[in-house]
Amino acid sequence: MLHLREYARPSDLEEAWTLNQKKTSRILGGTCWLRLGERTIGTGIDLSGLGLDQITEDEEAFQIGAMVTLRQLELHPGVQAWTQGAVRESLRHIVGVQFRNCATVGGTVWGRFGFSDPLTCLLALDTQVKLYRGGVIPLTEFIQRAPDKDILEAVILRKTRWRTAYQSFRNTETDFPVLAVCVSAGADGFRCAVGARPGRAALVTSADPAALKVLAADLPYGDNSRASAAYRRYLSGVLIGRCLKKLEVDGPC
Amino acid sequence: MSKQNKDVSRGVRKVDSMALVTGQPVYTDDMAPKDCLIVKLLRSPHANAKITGIRTETAKRVPGIACVLTYADVPHIRYTHAGQTYPETSPYDRYILEDRVRFVGDAVAIVAGETEEAVDRALKLIQVDYQVLPAVLDFHTAKDNPILVHPEEDWLTHAPFTGADNRRNLLAHDECFDGDVEAVLQTCDEVIDQTYRVQAAQQVMMETFRTYCYKDPYGRLVMTSSTQVPFHVRRIISTALGIPKSKVRVIKPRIGGGFGAKQTVVSEPYPAIVTWLTGKPAKIVYSRYEAQTSGSPRHQMEMHVRLGAMRDGTIRGIYLHTLSDGGAYGEHSWATVGLSGHKSIPLYGGNCEAFRFDDDVVYTNHQASGAYRGFGATQGIFAVESAVNELSRRLGIDPTVIRSKNMVREGQTMPAYYNEPLTSCTLDRCMERCKEMADWEHKYPYRVLEDGTIRAVGVAMAMQGSGISGVDVGTVTLRVNDDGIYTLMVGCSDMGTGCDTILSQIAADCLDCDMSQITVHGVDTDVSPYDSGSYASSTTYVTGRAVVDTCAALEETIIREAARQMGCAPENLSFDWHTAVNLETGQQKSLGEIANDSQNAGNFLTATKSYSSPTSPTPFMVGIAEVDIDPETGKVTPVNYYGCIDCGTVINPNLARVQAEGGIVQAIGMTLYEDITQSETGKCYSNSLMQYKIPTRLDMGNIFIDFASSYEPTGPFGAKSIGELVIDTPAPAIAAAVAEACGQQFRILPIRPEQVCRVFHPHDL
Amino acid sequence: MLIQLTLNGKRLAAEAAPDKPLLEFLREQGCYSVKRGCETSNCGLCTVWLDGTPVLSCTVLAVRANGHSITTLEGLQKEAAEFGGFMADQGADQCGFCNPGFVMNVLAMERELENPTEAEIREYLAGNLCRCTGYASQLRAVQQYLAWKRGRNHEQAE
Repeated sequence: MLHLREYARPSDLEEAWTLNQKKTSRILGGTCWLRLGERTIGTGIDLSGLGLDQITEDEEAFQIGAMVTLRQLELHPGVQAWTQGAVRESLRHIVGVQFRNCATVGGTVWGRFGFSDPLTCLLALDTQVKLYRGGVIPLTEFIQRAPDKDILEAVILRKTRWRTAYQSFRNTETDFPVLAVCVSAGADGFRCAVGARPGRAALVTSADPAALKVLAADLPYGDNSRASAAYRRYLSGVLIGRCLKKLEVDGPC
Repeated sequence: MSKQNKDVSRGVRKVDSMALVTGQPVYTDDMAPKDCLIVKLLRSPHANAKITGIRTETAKRVPGIACVLTYADVPHIRYTHAGQTYPETSPYDRYILEDRVRFVGDAVAIVAGETEEAVDRALKLIQVDYQVLPAVLDFHTAKDNPILVHPEEDWLTHAPFTGADNRRNLLAHDECFDGDVEAVLQTCDEVIDQTYRVQAAQQVMMETFRTYCYKDPYGRLVMTSSTQVPFHVRRIISTALGIPKSKVRVIKPRIGGGFGAKQTVVSEPYPAIVTWLTGKPAKIVYSRYEAQTSGSPRHQMEMHVRLGAMRDGTIRGIYLHTLSDGGAYGEHSWATVGLSGHKSIPLYGGNCEAFRFDDDVVYTNHQASGAYRGFGATQGIFAVESAVNELSRRLGIDPTVIRSKNMVREGQTMPAYYNEPLTSCTLDRCMERCKEMADWEHKYPYRVLEDGTIRAVGVAMAMQGSGISGVDVGTVTLRVNDDGIYTLMVGCSDMGTGCDTILSQIAADCLDCDMSQITVHGVDTDVSPYDSGSYASSTTYVTGRAVVDTCAALEETIIREAARQMGCAPENLSFDWHTAVNLETGQQKSLGEIANDSQNAGNFLTATKSYSSPTSPTPFMVGIAEVDIDPETGKVTPVNYYGCIDCGTVINPNLARVQAEGGIVQAIGMTLYEDITQSETGKCYSNSLMQYKIPTRLDMGNIFIDFASSYEPTGPFGAKSIGELVIDTPAPAIAAAVAEACGQQFRILPIRPEQVCRVFHPHDL
Repeated sequence: MLIQLTLNGKRLAAEAAPDKPLLEFLREQGCYSVKRGCETSNCGLCTVWLDGTPVLSCTVLAVRANGHSITTLEGLQKEAAEFGGFMADQGADQCGFCNPGFVMNVLAMERELENPTEAEIREYLAGNLCRCTGYASQLRAVQQYLAWKRGRNHEQAE
């Protein structure tokens, strides 16, 4: 159960950042995961009042506010068109519509959860995160960092990847993934993120699509109640193959 | 029946429908007094331990705490939580709290306080010293294990015939046979000799266990509880608390599903003792975590089958041994294991020359098992039906053909089913109809779709009972009120299945009135007539028959009273439920006038009848599963499920159909998704709906149901049961389809994609 | 803290602890249709609308409703009865415990999706668990309700 002593709804990011410097403070996303387990928080900081619930699009990128819900992202026509539905595919299996109306993009990315579908998808795309103090950094760098006291303002999805495909394997349709794979194609070749290994999504890249499976097979995989490491490793090949087929660049399998 | 049924066989709405769909406050927690004490339990972190010390002083000092109870504060009276007719076949192996805990999640202390916050704080402040003991966590080695789950001296059974013996960790042992099965098996061309296992699946009714209590002006304990067995709750609570039954009243409101879980007393004792000791209203609402880890799930069973047949497919002998895991307490253990054989073997009564069925149920340090829809039959049918499917593949005979050749037929006596005669059965028609629905001839055994997916079919049969013969009792009271409106008093629990409606339909036809003339009264042990409860698929058949009998008795009563009022002999009066006619004078009197005059005359019109059936007629079903198997990933996706059912006369086609659809999807969950995992020290990991995945509407495919009704001569309007039967076919049918697709029979549930994948890709995994 | 919200069309000011889930807050306000079925945001029983959007009230903190509009089934009785009639005609109400959250989400879907296909209906409602019905009768009820709605809207347009 989540115990929250105080609730604050700051009126600007500076105020939010200051409040968040206390050791016991936490930024509240959709409180979907935060409230699981026994946890006591001094001040819960709600960013709802800061206009971070918008997706804006320009020539270069989509800027997705931290408080945008998973459902908003799922329904955004521009994002779906740019990713050929891959972002939607990474979201639609998550519990249900009501859950996705609660969970936020910021909470999901900040949490850096191993099971995260959208994190896997965003990692294969050209994604940056905008931190209030830390500035704009690549998602690849961000997920390596331990959570700190900065504030995630927005996720920036840059329009540099030409094509994207997302595949997950689940024991039931709305369960956590047993394995999640996203492959994107761009000027520098292919980026392939493998999530739910069950550890945090990891990225392999290659100019040669046929090399992705080999590279992905070398990633570390683990056992949990949903599947074994060996099955996950095997599935990575299957799902990468299916993604490549969707990208219509099916190399030798 | 001489005339056309009016409401029977019509899909009328449930009498409580509109309250449910508009969200009215009709459930236990909606009705609990607002000043109720909140009751929660401190639970054991150990699978087997002695409590050597427990300190509650600090917890008691938390503001708002009304009481903290430990084993020292409760009566030391052994009792059982099993909702069964007295004397129960389940052993008396519990105290409300004890200085010993027997599974992770067992109750250690009861805390009651004014707010949830106070109770949560107090729970953290209780200090317990445990002497941790080695635990029995493998049910294969439980019997005669030196570690005893119940070493206590005052362990007690009222039913020595069950074979229960706490000194051997044994909850039941039985052997029964007809003919010499060993001799028969020796002369068979083929013997399928395999072992099958069904997991301890959870019912997952949407409303978890919950109860609230208060004391009434007479100092009695009034309990409102989400239960299938109000009368058993009254008896069990009076036993546990050591108070007279006259001091306990149990009320059943609308309940949010049961599926057998609420045939066991799970939440009731805790607020009951709090209210009894403090005099204050108290309520407990189980969390989903508690329902999953300290509930009353299906008995895990392992079944060894030896099934002998000739090359032409004639099944001549069946041997079955079932090992069942009772868990830490013995609720329903003897009763469930029996059904694993008695409701699977008789399906093959056609040519079977001999059978033998042996069983053992053991104590372990797992969560106590209980009653779950299907109640052992589900497990046994998975084993026997899977063995028949294996036989069919080995002999190269279509599994529907092998079944039609061997199935039991109407008019036969069933030696494995307590020698009961089969008085109604259309299993043969169910098979033909189901094959037609599924287009079996074109689909069997499988085809490969364009994308490589293998679409395969599998079949299974099932039978169940209708109440427990000679044990289950339904009692009904009918009252004729002002102007001839009726009150129908029943003691069976409608748990959403619609028995209040079905019994009203039956009554409306018997009384030849509109259903709106009948008020059905839910269960209150102070006012309702005795009923053993809603379990064992008994309400439509047993209590329904009591409705029919009561209506007949009421007719006699009305005729007698009308004759008195109209001054003629009863035999000179005609009565058609609307008007009485004095055949001597031609004088007429309406039912309303008779009723009003009877009240004034002090001859209130009422009738009460009990019914207990000497037999338990068996409903039948054939199910065909059509599933997609992805040979690349091993994923099994349900596409279509076809079921044809013989439940005798269908009283309400809508409700019967929904029973079937619901049971099938529950079974799909058990077959493919609902995994029970635990740590090496016995902690259950399947402790939430995040980890224990029941099917969503994306996981079940399409379901097609039809009925091939027989007419059961002992049933109300020819009806048999349906509630449990419908959960039995999917596991063996789906396993068969998977076996057709990949060539391997899966014998342990659930069938996980990883295992199926390994069959296709043995070198990659 | 004191929060102000619109609950089923009525202005309301009430105290709510910072960590109180909206679900418990709403039940305290007498909205007993809102049910809890789990602790892990998986079952959908507690579905309510926040500014017209279906959310899980077990997951949303009550304080976050401050300044917003909340709708529960108590505020949609006419529509609940209309759709509920189709449920009842299928026997799809069964135990009824999941009904309020399910009905809330069906009515939200009806506003959000135009002529949804069966697959779209299943996906939209996937977060509403039910253990009694096996979902098939609910699907029939939803499809019949949507057809009836379309028919009625068509009539009104003419």
